[in-house]
Amino acid sequence: MQRSASLSVPNKTPPVNRWAWLSRLPMTLLVLLVVFIAVYPVVWIFLSSLKGADEFTANPMWALPQALHWENYARAWTEGNMSRYFINSVLSVIPSLVLVIVLGTMAAFGIEIMRWRLRNVASLLFLAGIMVPIQIVILPLFTIYFNVHLLDTRLALIITYTAFGLPLVVFFLVGYFKSFAREIIEAAIVDGANIYQVFYKIALPMVSNAIVTVALVQFFFMWNDLLVSLTFTSNPELRTVQSGLLAFTGQYGQREWGPTFASIALAVAPTVLVYLLLNQMVMKGMAAGAVKG
Amino acid sequence: MERTLRDWRAVLVFVGPALLLYALVVLVPILWSLGYTVYEGSPIAGFKFVGVSNYLRLLEDPTFWKALWFGTKYALFVSAGQVIFGLALALLYAFYLKKSSVLVRTLVFLPVVLPTVAVAQMFVKLFAIAPQYGLVNSLLSAVGLESAVQAWLGQGSSAFWIIGVMDIWKAMGFYAILLFTGLVDIPEETIEAARLDGAQGWTLARFVVLPLLAPITVASLIFSLNGTLKVFDSILALTNGGPGTATTPLTLYMYKTSFTYGEYGYGSTIALTLALQCLLVTLLIFWRARRSGT
Repeated sequence: MQRSASLSVPNKTPPVNRWAWLSRLPMTLLVLLVVFIAVYPVVWIFLSSLKGADEFTANPMWALPQALHWENYARAWTEGNMSRYFINSVLSVIPSLVLVIVLGTMAAFGIEIMRWRLRNVASLLFLAGIMVPIQIVILPLFTIYFNVHLLDTRLALIITYTAFGLPLVVFFLVGYFKSFAREIIEAAIVDGANIYQVFYKIALPMVSNAIVTVALVQFFFMWNDLLVSLTFTSNPELRTVQSGLLAFTGQYGQREWGPTFASIALAVAPTVLVYLLLNQMVMKGMAAGAVKG
Repeated sequence: MERTLRDWRAVLVFVGPALLLYALVVLVPILWSLGYTVYEGSPIAGFKFVGVSNYLRLLEDPTFWKALWFGTKYALFVSAGQVIFGLALALLYAFYLKKSSVLVRTLVFLPVVLPTVAVAQMFVKLFAIAPQYGLVNSLLSAVGLESAVQAWLGQGSSAFWIIGVMDIWKAMGFYAILLFTGLVDIPEETIEAARLDGAQGWTLARFVVLPLLAPITVASLIFSLNGTLKVFDSILALTNGGPGTATTPLTLYMYKTSFTYGEYGYGSTIALTLALQCLLVTLLIFWRARRSGT
């Protein structure tokens, strides 16, 4: 990241010119425009979520809210059922995250560090999974869940999220183990540690940063999912935030814009918060995941 | 040490659970799905073997061809937009903003992490006409272009552009980061040497930077096309494929065929064409890229 500076024009001492800023103006405006386009819709959602019902008819859509109608959030949370959707999302995303990280880290360790004959095959199978469109397996999965009575359960979501998260987690961590763990792990084994101690006490701490990164990426995938939750749950009581939002804004939202905007803001809030706190890690993780995929 | 690393029971403990789950939920269903293409019915109604009739039906189904064409057109437009805007942003970060680009990069990436459903609901409101004008119609009306006010998402042609604009807007920050990482990886000596030879500005970009960036551009394109061919969430939430089937891609057609009409066999056949389309596009780009020597 640091080397980008080297791409600049070599530093000649510039003559003092009080109008220099003027030549930079078009580019500065362009940058501001880009940032505005990227961020404004999100700001607009938030501002609109605080408007009263009459303001949507009386004032233009870009006007600032006259008074802060926080009750829109309370109404979205209760009448809009967002509290139920939040609980459902959390109860399916958190177990999936834990499972995909635990299983994925163990598998990556087994594939990259341990010596066995079919490890390349296993590795290839996981790689293939990164490219499989979920659409092609969703019908057989529906049949399976139907037959084992998993439809309309959170477990169906957890199983699906975990299995589809595994390829990326395994690949990401295999890359990490490959790059720097081998010698240290071999030294530990020579010193008499058994394989489970090696995994738990040596390998795990080494990849903890990578684990956080890949967990973040998985969090965004799972929290933002629509297809899986829409397909495997039809009971409104089990809807997650995104599938709930879809149903909610479809009917109710046509009439009441304030609570609708508040519910959209609530649906994006967790991802925006996590992103703003950890943006560098998220960006790196997503880019690395894409290139490996 | 060798013995510790070759302990098959430990291998089983480490790799077994993940591989088992993955095989049951991803690998086996892929084969299963292929099997479905010669059946008719659903788990609720029961299945009947029908041979190649699903494939024959595909050939004669105008909705399928329309969905295939819409999806392809959409993927080409959106992927071009995502990669071109991403590239422009990456060049902006690397050559103009340089070290101070961190904040801009962070803000432009923000839409990438937003849930598609929420973003789509937001766009529905941006382009709304009823019960109140959304932001866009509200602006048009304010500057006196009342005649341009319209139901943007209620007409196939304008809905196409809005879904496209949304997906470009949402993903451009992502491709910008991907390509920016590639730009930063170009050795400074190479750029320096080209500069000493007199290359500047556009010439430098066109003949030095872009060719060096080609591998990651190709990767971006493959990634983007694979993503846009599978577009589902954004269209479902924005237009639900309508009006009529004007904005229905293969994914949505497959979903409706299967879950609205309960035709799993035919749905699987459509899903298979989608997977083949993704594969074909990827191979085609690889082949083109290799031929042009990058």
